[in-house]
Amino acid sequence: MFYREAGDFKTSYREDNQTFPIRFDRMGFYVALAVAYVVIPLVIDDYWANAVFVPFLIYAIAAIGLNILVGYAGQVSLGTGGFMAVGAYAVYKLMTAFPDVPIFIHVLLAGGITAAVGVLFGLPSLRIKGFYLAVATLAAQFFLVWLFNKVPWFYNYSASGQITAPDRSMFGVFVTGAQTSATAKYMFCLILLTLVALVARNLTRGTIGRKWMAIRDMDIAAEIIGVNPLTTKITAFAVSSFFIGIAGALFFSVYLGAAEVGEAFGINKSFLILFMVIIGGLGSIFGSFAGAAFLVLLPVLLKNVLVGGLGWPTDLAAHIELMIVGGLIIVFLIAEPHGLAQLWRVAKEKLRLWPFPH
Amino acid sequence: MPDQLLYAMEVTLNGLMAGVMYALVALGFVLIYKASGIFNYAQGVLALFAALTLVGIQQGQVPFAHVINAITGGHLESFGWQLPSVLAIGLTAGVMVLLAIVIEKLVLKHLVGQAEIILFMATIGLAYFLEGFGDVMWGADIKTLDVGLPQGINETLESVTDGLFGYGFFIDNLDVVAALVAVALVTALTLFSQYSKQGRALRAVADDHQAALSVGISLRFIWVLVWSIAGIVALVAGIMWGSKSGVQFSLSLIALKALPVLMLGGFTSIPGAIVGGLIIGMGEKLFEFFLGPLIGGATENWFAYVLALVFLVFRPQGLFGERIIERV
Repeated sequence: MFYREAGDFKTSYREDNQTFPIRFDRMGFYVALAVAYVVIPLVIDDYWANAVFVPFLIYAIAAIGLNILVGYAGQVSLGTGGFMAVGAYAVYKLMTAFPDVPIFIHVLLAGGITAAVGVLFGLPSLRIKGFYLAVATLAAQFFLVWLFNKVPWFYNYSASGQITAPDRSMFGVFVTGAQTSATAKYMFCLILLTLVALVARNLTRGTIGRKWMAIRDMDIAAEIIGVNPLTTKITAFAVSSFFIGIAGALFFSVYLGAAEVGEAFGINKSFLILFMVIIGGLGSIFGSFAGAAFLVLLPVLLKNVLVGGLGWPTDLAAHIELMIVGGLIIVFLIAEPHGLAQLWRVAKEKLRLWPFPH
Repeated sequence: MPDQLLYAMEVTLNGLMAGVMYALVALGFVLIYKASGIFNYAQGVLALFAALTLVGIQQGQVPFAHVINAITGGHLESFGWQLPSVLAIGLTAGVMVLLAIVIEKLVLKHLVGQAEIILFMATIGLAYFLEGFGDVMWGADIKTLDVGLPQGINETLESVTDGLFGYGFFIDNLDVVAALVAVALVTALTLFSQYSKQGRALRAVADDHQAALSVGISLRFIWVLVWSIAGIVALVAGIMWGSKSGVQFSLSLIALKALPVLMLGGFTSIPGAIVGGLIIGMGEKLFEFFLGPLIGGATENWFAYVLALVFLVFRPQGLFGERIIERV
């Protein structure tokens, strides 16, 4: 009824190429932005920020980053946790070394440092493919975590081996440290997520995104039609690691406040983000959001139902959560290998014809 | 002989023994990969699950006691029996076969013809599921597994080396048993695949799925068979690792160690799994021994992966793997 291209005439190339060509979609997008920027900051409290919104925003950034590598460029990586750790330690070192520079710059720089590390570990992708590469990225995961544990320079020789985020503010409002308000945390992450999503969306539909997809679909054929595998794979690793580094920096400085590398950025983090990408949908920016939301909300929901509602012990609930996540991965791969994003696409297709499908 | 050299020799021997343990896990990977092209990430969790089940059956734990207690508020703990090891191992093997059938029916059947990487991710999902399932079924506390394998220092070896070099090597009896079991297992698997009818069918499927189907080999039966064998190999690995360091979650992490072993040896070669295991086991122990103290120790966490990574850059198919040929 409302969801139609009909009557929505495009009079310039610019309009024709926009991200949301259907008016209803566009309106929905603006409404979502308005809710995210105006309504939620007014009503958010500490519980909602820490349990749902801030982790969702940060995981969404990481999922977009990994989706670029796995979903768009087809290079499976199990080193996400390690790269997030690079972002976290980079931002920590920068924050403590240059206290006067705004934290926003630090977070971006941390992303840049992670991108450099990502390129380094991405180099073998030129020689090895598929799960050989997946296993090779495990080297990044384990080596980086070990490095941050063993070299005291990275944690400024603190006695506990932990890193703790100092108080830093933007425009007079604290965004890291103990005094930060829920709204400030939320807004800081939201602004970065918006930027990341915007950049990712436009990269993936431009030249570079097409090159990534060509390499993903068949690397040899892509090479023959003139796609340079070296630059293409390396840019995929760089862009992906840049976003993952930002996510890691935020995860440590804004969300956790203090982190121990093996616990916060272990191999489980890598799998968690990979699952977000699979459940959300490989090769879809919307899917990254959907997957992150799903896997952030699921444990909260299960905890409320099983522990809060039925009064089961927490460890049992944690195990059942493992079973459900594992089972869901399998169900998704069997029923819908393209994830939640594909369900959304199918729903939209149906909606276009509704209520007269013939 | 100088002490340093003797220590190095002892470390080497211990490394080789540890390598055998890695190889036991890697063996299960290779079997499944050869027969179905599935890279089974869940192999380590299979070992954990097998060990948990073995302990549970042996000590007469009530399965799902935790859940039942949570729902009914009761205090079920155990049936109160203690089964002999042989019987418990037999029953666990039965459970692993059952598990193979269920996995084939519920998961693999529906994923025939999907891209390899999709299958790989499905086994990651399977690993998570089984891990949660094992914990829900048997409880997550650390358990001790005792099926009567000898433990402690091997005194014969110690006295022999003491006589030879004037320094007794410390080798764990359990490691020696593991090495012997590994040899027996590989021999049995080789005999099975070379001389039995099912083994021949297995090799045919590994060679070419379609051709095997066309001569009347049931693909689904072969898959159940190969997952059963992998389950039993996992049981053996689970017994060895469980006796060595207790049955706990970290057991499933040894699966990750088996991955570099595989990459080194090649995904498709059984001897490769063994040789790769030995190289990794020896390499990481020696590296830790010589360089560990200089750079902060605990290098065993990552050495295997970095070694495999560097190695792969020069030889992408591993030591014994089939040459990777790609066509457009």
